[in-house]
Amino acid sequence: MGAAVATRQIQFREALREAMTEEMRRDKRVFLMGEEVAQYQGAYKVSQGMLDEFGEKRVIDVPISENGFAGLGIGAAMMGLRPIIEFMSWSFSLVAADQILNNAPKMLYMSGGQFGCPIVFRGNDGAGGQLGSTHSWAVEGLFANVPGLRIVIPSTPYDAKGLLKTAIRCNDPVFFLESERMLGNKGPVPEEEYLIPFGQADIKRAGGDCTLVSFGRPVHFCLEAAEKLAEEGIECEVIDGRTIRPLDMDTIIESIRKTNYCVVVDQSWPFGSVASEVATQIYERAMDHLDNRVYRVCSDDVPAPYSKTLEQAMLPNPGKIIKAVKQAMYLE
Amino acid sequence: MTMTDPQAVSQPVERVSAKTRLKWLRDMMLIREFELRTMQAYQEAKIGGFCHVYIGQEACAVGCIAATNPDDPVITAYRDHGHALARGMESRYAMAEMFGKIGGCAKGKGGSMHLFDKRTHFYGGHAIVGGQTPLGAGLAFATRYENEVLGEGKKRVTLCFLGDGALNQGALHEAMNLCTILELPCIYVVENNRYSMGTSIERGTSMADDLSTKAAAYGMPYFQADGMDVCAVYNVMKRVVDRMRSEQRPAFVEINTYRYKGHSMSDPQKYRTKDEVSEYEASDPIRRLADALIAAGALNEDGFKELNQSVRDEVRDAIKWAEQSPEPDPAADLYSDVVTEPFGEYGPTSLPEMCDHEPGDVPESP
Ligand SMILES: Cc1ncc(C[n+]2csc(CCOP(=O)(O)OP(=O)(O)O)c2C)c(N)n1
Ligand SMILES: [Mg+2]
Repeated sequence: MGAAVATRQIQFREALREAMTEEMRRDKRVFLMGEEVAQYQGAYKVSQGMLDEFGEKRVIDVPISENGFAGLGIGAAMMGLRPIIEFMSWSFSLVAADQILNNAPKMLYMSGGQFGCPIVFRGNDGAGGQLGSTHSWAVEGLFANVPGLRIVIPSTPYDAKGLLKTAIRCNDPVFFLESERMLGNKGPVPEEEYLIPFGQADIKRAGGDCTLVSFGRPVHFCLEAAEKLAEEGIECEVIDGRTIRPLDMDTIIESIRKTNYCVVVDQSWPFGSVASEVATQIYERAMDHLDNRVYRVCSDDVPAPYSKTLEQAMLPNPGKIIKAVKQAMYLE
Repeated sequence: MTMTDPQAVSQPVERVSAKTRLKWLRDMMLIREFELRTMQAYQEAKIGGFCHVYIGQEACAVGCIAATNPDDPVITAYRDHGHALARGMESRYAMAEMFGKIGGCAKGKGGSMHLFDKRTHFYGGHAIVGGQTPLGAGLAFATRYENEVLGEGKKRVTLCFLGDGALNQGALHEAMNLCTILELPCIYVVENNRYSMGTSIERGTSMADDLSTKAAAYGMPYFQADGMDVCAVYNVMKRVVDRMRSEQRPAFVEINTYRYKGHSMSDPQKYRTKDEVSEYEASDPIRRLADALIAAGALNEDGFKELNQSVRDEVRDAIKWAEQSPEPDPAADLYSDVVTEPFGEYGPTSLPEMCDHEPGDVPESP
């Protein structure tokens, strides 16, 4: 991991804030817009203090009008500004589906290369807080189907900062998926500037027995599972994809060449999911290196329930991952 | 022509009996007690997720719903406990839902923001801001269709509640336009508590000081009521409901109210002053009606205490019932209610236990 020399520990939300702040200092065309981002200091305190530093012309509160302000951001991006549009939750981005799916990722293509759309949409993604089905969307499976956009889904503060800086400098629309469950997580982040390129997976744990591929928060469930499996002598290699589009299949396939087994862990619903795509690409490129089929651990194929018992049963967790690894390795 | 119609609301409404007003008082007190105990249960981690209480706004739900017929559809946003109770859902089913238990009104699948009760024509709490407003148009469409196409022979109106924050969502504006051109009897009731989270209405909404303009844009009559006075809310709403029932077209009502507590359970409330909150608390709708009933000789302090005790007992029972209700069973309940006709791994659907009983007719608590 690139963060080996860092000693400073900061929260995920601070890492996001630093990325935005540094990029806003660097480039006056970058601005932040969203519900409660300015005066309230961020519904989840990600933008705390940014109004003070940049003023209300660059840190802009807007009312609950996702379709309106997402589209506004896209229009501004067509003019060459570099908006960061915060969705309090990606669940609310569905109100703006036409803008973010029809306009942002297709503008360049439809205009024959004339109008790009350098915009970042960011906010909380995924279930786990007992918010019920309207508020518990994991949008990665849904949106990964759309050509023309980038999907970034970091699991650590270090990755979050480096990837968000890259996202803000990217000339195409970026969907940046955070998790409310992780905003308070701390991790090492160096003082010096760094950027993390898109399409480079990170091996969060090395191992030779089974490859675990995941994205975002479930990476931590994989690490927990790997820890437990190691006690039984099974060494998993945990690959954090970090970006879904582009998808770093090379790193995944290299690992499978070594382990010959693979489990993909993904918090989207299984049908046509990110995990399905990863599995398919593995079959297309590395069938000969597999000693078993690829196993998937996804959320259950039901709307997210409110009850804690049901919600926990629905989401990927270390227990399910351990089971899948053992099945994949013919141990169960 | 201005669509504002002060004439219609200044006419005297038929006298409301003391008995009815005592019922309103108890309904409001029940909601208040329910919400206080909800906050407590949330702090004790018996309730999870997002939870928004209705304290301060009780007169809105109670006064509005009192003006409807029991089979008029009602739909609202996520701050929905008060509406569910005012509509007649027993507190135990609402509480059990928030406890995530199988006895909840949605078997623990919906939670605080998504309460539903088919028996009382309560079409739900809806947690995407503005999301319920086209549904309101659809409910109104269906009542009109049932009446005119299916020959039900009954005119109904729909109450669609929304917060001031939803005024800024496109969905509302599309829905209002549809209601007017299709002549749908949907009454949009804006509970203007001045804030959407930390955004005051002045910061978030154009023409905030004159919301009649929103109604005028869609050719709807506009009405306004003091939401800190349940009788005032009823007086206005009774007129509106009766008129829209007969005319079968939409209306827009602004009710001026205030939420005493934070937006949700985690809100430092830096956007408003303590003085502002106390000012509204001083015109508390419960105290106001109790005082009026006492002044009219319809209630005394002892009677008030008895009412207090009775709502406490009811909510205590609701909590006990919620605690004793079983957890949903993932094996049986995770894959049920996804579809009506089982296929693949999906199990059957069924009504919650609540629907075994008529509203108001619940078995004794254990
Ligand atoms: C589409 C959407 N955007 C944002 C949110 C987050 N959110 C929940 S409630 C709320 C404020 C709504 O205020 P208002 O409509 O005035 O209702 P009140 O809370 O005052 O009852 C916000 C921003 C949401 N639930 N849905
Ligand atoms: Mg409000």
